[in-house]
Amino acid sequence: MKTVYVNAIIDAVEKLCIEANYDLGEDVLLSFKKALTTEKSPLGREVLDRLIENATIAHEERVPMCQDTGMTVIFVELGQELHIEGGALTDALNEGVRRGYEKGYLRKSVVKDPFDRVNTKDNTPAIIHYGLVPGDELQITVAPKGAGSENMGALKMLKPSDGLEGAMQFVVDTVDQAGGNPCPPIIVGVGVGGNMEKATYLAKKSLLRDVGVHNKEERLAKIEEELLERINKLGIGPQGFGGVNTALAVNLEVYPTHIAMLPVAVNINCHAARHKTITLKGREE
Amino acid sequence: MAEVIRLETPLTHEKVAQLKSGDNVLISGVIYTGRDAAHKKMVDALARGEALPFDVKDQVIFFVGPTPPKPGQVIGSSGPTTSYRMDAYSPTLIERGLTGMIGKGLRSEEVIAAMKKYGAVYFGAIGGSGALLAKRIVAAEVIAYPELGPEAVRRLEVKDFPVMVIIDQEGNNLYETGKAQYRTY
Repeated sequence: MKTVYVNAIIDAVEKLCIEANYDLGEDVLLSFKKALTTEKSPLGREVLDRLIENATIAHEERVPMCQDTGMTVIFVELGQELHIEGGALTDALNEGVRRGYEKGYLRKSVVKDPFDRVNTKDNTPAIIHYGLVPGDELQITVAPKGAGSENMGALKMLKPSDGLEGAMQFVVDTVDQAGGNPCPPIIVGVGVGGNMEKATYLAKKSLLRDVGVHNKEERLAKIEEELLERINKLGIGPQGFGGVNTALAVNLEVYPTHIAMLPVAVNINCHAARHKTITLKGREE
Repeated sequence: MAEVIRLETPLTHEKVAQLKSGDNVLISGVIYTGRDAAHKKMVDALARGEALPFDVKDQVIFFVGPTPPKPGQVIGSSGPTTSYRMDAYSPTLIERGLTGMIGKGLRSEEVIAAMKKYGAVYFGAIGGSGALLAKRIVAAEVIAYPELGPEAVRRLEVKDFPVMVIIDQEGNNLYETGKAQYRTY
């Protein structure tokens, strides 16, 4: 059996937290540049120019691209033949967040209790999603998510009779109502099917996909394209100042559901679409 | 692109009257920071008959909670937070003389009504450009509620801080006009 030590996990998460907040993905930068060629609004183009400049400053000067360095969401895929040594995996992930947010001068934005609202001062606890997979590797994705966009998400338990059109309308309406709040140009994560929590999980997980990468299923990729087209007709534009680039991408994930259900979840990501992944390989003991 | 208007604070009513929705503005001078928790504390203080930590008359509040500064930095990344969470508090401060707010996103009817009644302007800064905006802040000092950490009230000195006029004192709203201009849905 192969082993990974918790110290390696802590170091990895610390690094991922900092890199995710300093280094905007090439996929997003490319999509800004592409949007610049199609944006009709002069104000919209100016916003896109400034976002490219901002990403460059953050990368070169090693500072966070956005002051909302998020609540830290971590997706873990744990190979079921791997052994974790030296402590609890959840503790190690949180320790990595603690160190990353301190050493990276990232904002601590987590309150201990939703009612009392006292800051935990180290951005823990993270929100951790565990998945078990075959093999002996540990894949960790750190995806800090700001509140401005997260607050604009929505879930609706539609009726099966609402169908695809009803689901699409709900997605478009959710984006329309959000307007400039979630910092457009946005990436729209959509989860359809499963049940209440499964749909919202899928919507969030779909945001880990790079901009421009469609669902592997052709029919779903077509729905993504149709949704993107409709959303970009809303006129909201970069920052809500008006324009034809409201969204950079729509990512759709689906799951089997109940005969009586059609859950649809929308998770909006701002243009600071942050996610960094590492795969740790176990060592033979 | 409209020409850039250079604006010095304090933001008097004469200056407010000159600003129109869609104007591209560079602000220089002193502005103050405040977001959710600070706004609640300020409005609670007024309800108890206490003074505000600074006189809001002719002042501008920037809705922001910066990241911690790195050694050598005046302030960490400092982009606007979403403004609607301050909607419950802004009318009270506008009534007390506040003339400017910098944030991002939609405002409520109540805020716009107060802006029209008392004369105030709502500026938008580009959300998610905190690294860039921090470079236009030349001095920062916590002046109230230090226990709130990133949410503490800060006195900032800014130089050519880039904003757009979203809503002017007549209620013209760039979010509505901009969207209408490009909407084909």
